[in-house]
Amino acid sequence: MFALTQPELHEALTLPSTLSTVETVELKATEFAQKAGFDEDTASQISMVSREAAVNAVLHGNKTAPDKKVRATFSLTPETLTIQIADEGEGFDPSAIPDPLSPEGLLKPSGRGVFLMRAIMDEVNFRQLSPGAEITLVKHRNRE
Amino acid sequence: MSMNVKIRHVGGITVLDLSGRITLGEGSIGLRDAVRDALAAGSKKILLNVADVNYIDSAGLGELVGAYTSVKNAGGDLKLMNLSKKVKDLLVITKLLTVFDVKENEKDAIAAFG
Repeated sequence: MFALTQPELHEALTLPSTLSTVETVELKATEFAQKAGFDEDTASQISMVSREAAVNAVLHGNKTAPDKKVRATFSLTPETLTIQIADEGEGFDPSAIPDPLSPEGLLKPSGRGVFLMRAIMDEVNFRQLSPGAEITLVKHRNRE
Repeated sequence: MSMNVKIRHVGGITVLDLSGRITLGEGSIGLRDAVRDALAAGSKKILLNVADVNYIDSAGLGELVGAYTSVKNAGGDLKLMNLSKKVKDLLVITKLLTVFDVKENEKDAIAAFG
């Protein structure tokens, strides 16, 4: 029978649609990245892109609506660190995000969050919820 | 924790010594205000010292881009110096290193303003 790897550490948080949630996610991601054994620079990058995902969930997904929550889960297995951030907004189409490396995108003040997630993490997956959107960020532990 | 800005003037160049975090919220607004104030005071040559910036997110990168375009649009020149590995890595990933004029140290940066 197929068996999934059991997480050695797992934490799920339900958070308000406020900027304090961004700080909470950043701190928790840092904690998990350090426990995963990533070096300081990599842990800092993981924390930063988790922060980006939380910013998107709070500001663009839930639009800071007080009745909408952000769910953040952090899982550590022997192979991977996985961070999932879900909102209760209208969802979004990741393919519609303009390329921040294009000549017209390079000097734009915004639009680099998802790009940074993809550049820094090993896997970035989006899932449409009803309602909302979920982003899954995965970093393999043995690719240092 | 947010960003602090100290302002110095070195031979006609306004040096902004940034420290802390340039992130969404206070950190990025602090940079915007400092650059706006420098331009309003007539400074056309602005040097951002990011040696003590220990954390930057996409909003912070956006503020650096905004500072660059504000200064350029005002007919001025903006340079960066003393990039940490962490900040430099982000500028490489986002190709912003090709946008900014980055100098290793203050001596080189001051000389480059001409």
